[in-house]
Amino acid sequence: MFILKILFKNAFRHKLRTSLTVLGITIAVLAFGLLRTVVGAWYAGVEASSATRLVTRNAVSLVFFLPISYKEKIRQVPGVTEVGYSDWFGGVYKDEKNFFPNFATDAKTAIDLFPEFIIPPDQKTAFLRDRKGAVVGRKTAERFGWKLGDIVTLKGSIFPGNWEFVIRGIYRGAQKSTDETQFFFHWSYLNESLKKTAPYRADKVGWFLIGVKSPDVAPDVAVAIDKMFKNSLAETITETEKAFQLSFISMTEAIVVVIRLVSFIVIVIIMAVMANTMAMTVRERTGEYAIMKTLGFGGWHISGLIFGESLVISAIGCASGIALTFPAAKAFGDSLSQFFPVFIVARSTIYMDMAAGLIVATVAAVFPIWRAITLRIADGLRRIG
Amino acid sequence: MENKAPIVEVRNIYKSYRRGTQTVPVLDDITFDIEEGEFLALMGPSGSGKSTLLNLIAGIDKADSGTITVGGIEITSLSETELAGWRATNVGFIFQFYNLIPVLTAFENVELPLLLTGLSRSGRREHVDLALRAVSLSDRADHYPSQLSGGQQQRVAIARAIITDPTILVADEPTGDLDRYSAEEILDLMERLVHELGKTVIMVTHDPRAAGKAHIIKHLEKGVLNSDVHSENTL
Repeated sequence: MFILKILFKNAFRHKLRTSLTVLGITIAVLAFGLLRTVVGAWYAGVEASSATRLVTRNAVSLVFFLPISYKEKIRQVPGVTEVGYSDWFGGVYKDEKNFFPNFATDAKTAIDLFPEFIIPPDQKTAFLRDRKGAVVGRKTAERFGWKLGDIVTLKGSIFPGNWEFVIRGIYRGAQKSTDETQFFFHWSYLNESLKKTAPYRADKVGWFLIGVKSPDVAPDVAVAIDKMFKNSLAETITETEKAFQLSFISMTEAIVVVIRLVSFIVIVIIMAVMANTMAMTVRERTGEYAIMKTLGFGGWHISGLIFGESLVISAIGCASGIALTFPAAKAFGDSLSQFFPVFIVARSTIYMDMAAGLIVATVAAVFPIWRAITLRIADGLRRIG
Repeated sequence: MENKAPIVEVRNIYKSYRRGTQTVPVLDDITFDIEEGEFLALMGPSGSGKSTLLNLIAGIDKADSGTITVGGIEITSLSETELAGWRATNVGFIFQFYNLIPVLTAFENVELPLLLTGLSRSGRREHVDLALRAVSLSDRADHYPSQLSGGQQQRVAIARAIITDPTILVADEPTGDLDRYSAEEILDLMERLVHELGKTVIMVTHDPRAAGKAHIIKHLEKGVLNSDVHSENTL
């Protein structure tokens, strides 16, 4: 108790300096937490992907379509339980800044393949019955104030024209990490229109979503599907949903690397600031440490006092930073929900914040401890006079 | 004065400092004894080596050669860690600038050395109360050093010095930063420690009045010990 009292009293002997250092650590931890959460948000789709879902796309590129006729052939592959399909619709609601992901999809299968999208049964039925029906995620519905029965018009960017939809369902995620911003509607609605306006684009899909019996059979199923369409007009690449999602991330890998790097640089900078504070502190207290040594306090005691003080300052800053990370992440996530549909501060981020705080406290204390331990008492006492 | 066994034996002590490439001799073949319960004053001009000698006896500096034995323990052969443990129980320090920890109250400053003992909290409290009473500062126990006068701070420092009941008390210019009245108070207190508690005190001072309180005055000149002067205060 006595030692703890000394630690706190020492830590706040220079209130302004300590407060500024604590503020610095708070901001650094907050920035670190937010940047790590951004990285986490980047990978949210990957993390949420299922091991029992495969994606088959055109081997050349995702922008090339696959014939709808592949569906039945894929269904015949042993291990396949379900086959659905989707198109990236790329519709714009009023303005391009109102971005949200929207897909034309095989409605029935899509609902079955994505159990993490929870839709009330009556809404599911209403959606399946209405050719113009659409299901939208809770966040997007809240964002635009959409309610069931509302008519929403999207302007097609890939498929020109104004497309009208009726909101028949609003899904919520089974987990916190489930994307609640998606909008999907019947592929048949799109296809029927295309048959009239652009027949050459009809009966084609962007990718097939395949449900498999178990994760163990997924590699064999993928090989079998791709083998089946080898040397066809539209060769395929089949991969796990995770690999499919990662292929998108890899396009922006450099950004993720930079964000990761910056998050660590922030910690290194605050480490230097903290080390400076501790160095100044110990230098000012050289005489006191010499006195304590004369009283019989050894190197371990002095080290404990210096490390403890460093830990107190770092812990206060770290705790404040962590506490602020949650509301900041919420505000950040809300304002950028179109880019980061899932923006959750992960538990691992908090552990990393704590580890960063501990590392900062330790590194900042190392040199001052060394100086205090190697200090000759006579030299220390001379500085007092 | 009755003949007592020496509690401090200083034998052939040499000490020098390095200043750049030069070696500056500070103490040259110092040999003397201090008997238990003796009040010894070390005097001499600045740079004569008196503080260095005090530091060597107190085990906070190392001699180049020679031996120092305190209470039967040859401290010159102890390691740094052993010396720290030895100081904690055998030496009480009184400094010119009091050297109290500013963020601790008078009570806590006095309690500080007891943290190295196995005493319980209530045991420590008992000892601190006793020590503060001995220096007539019981009513200032909760005051911080900045709330005390120089003389009071020095009394707290004395209480801290005697709290572990050390073998010797070393005082480096204990009155150097005090006015005449406070200095007199401190010297009286130190005299009482010698006479009433039988403490052995070794004091470095420039002040002849302070030295006058000692039993024996030793003069150092350029690192060499001159003949002793027995004070009028000699028992």
